[in-house]
Amino acid sequence: MSKTTLTIALMDPPYESENLTTAFRILDVAARRGYDLNVFAYEGAAGLAFARQAPHPNPVHGKNLAEENHPTTKDQVAALLAETERHGGKLDWVNCGMCVDERGVSEFVPGTRRGSPADLHAFTEASDNILVIPTK
Amino acid sequence: MAKKTLNIVESAYRAVMEEQDDTILWLLAAMQAAGSEHTVVLRGNAVNYAVAGQGVPGLTIGEWKQTQTPKMDRDVIDLVQKWMIPVFVVEEDLRERGIAREELVPGVTLVARSSLPALFAEHAVVSHW
Repeated sequence: MSKTTLTIALMDPPYESENLTTAFRILDVAARRGYDLNVFAYEGAAGLAFARQAPHPNPVHGKNLAEENHPTTKDQVAALLAETERHGGKLDWVNCGMCVDERGVSEFVPGTRRGSPADLHAFTEASDNILVIPTK
Repeated sequence: MAKKTLNIVESAYRAVMEEQDDTILWLLAAMQAAGSEHTVVLRGNAVNYAVAGQGVPGLTIGEWKQTQTPKMDRDVIDLVQKWMIPVFVVEEDLRERGIAREELVPGVTLVARSSLPALFAEHAVVSHW
């Protein structure tokens, strides 16, 4: 049986909506099944893998840095890369280059790369299915 | 003396998983600590923030696990008790969603839509989030 390949296109920036949580839940399940995954991080989503994201304490919650244990999407991307590899799959995470330049978020977590709309075209051609999660 | 600000919060559960709270309730608490004088009205889907006992499992991605999940009912209680911010809940919006008064956290006050103009008049600033 041939391997399943899925592509997900994301548009939302980190820390702005629940769409990305949904996307990461889907991607996590797909990674556990050993699927090959492509992610095209477009517009605001180009900041998901930005390596200089930093967690912070939360004085409103009365929690210090360790207690708050604030999530960062860069850590989620790194965890997804590791999980995909652990189950024998591949994750090609592409950050739209022009979107990255607009936002000044060109430092990515290792294992992700800069790309272009041509990558989404190639992903589409090579995938069993494509899911777009657009900004609303 | 700070300007009294009425904050109508309508956008609900937006990025609460990533932020581990609601960004507007957080902002108002932080501003209150800095000397602001806020009141909150929960309307639309945001009335659900006042429902007691809600919670959500943390996000898990491979071996990465979220340990501090958002607890919106706790945040509403903190607004009232810790930050001394009055919290009103639009009763028609509760009714439309089948939520009974008994399901809400203590300390919140129901307000009818018809009473909102009077509430507006008591405040120097009205912000709609």
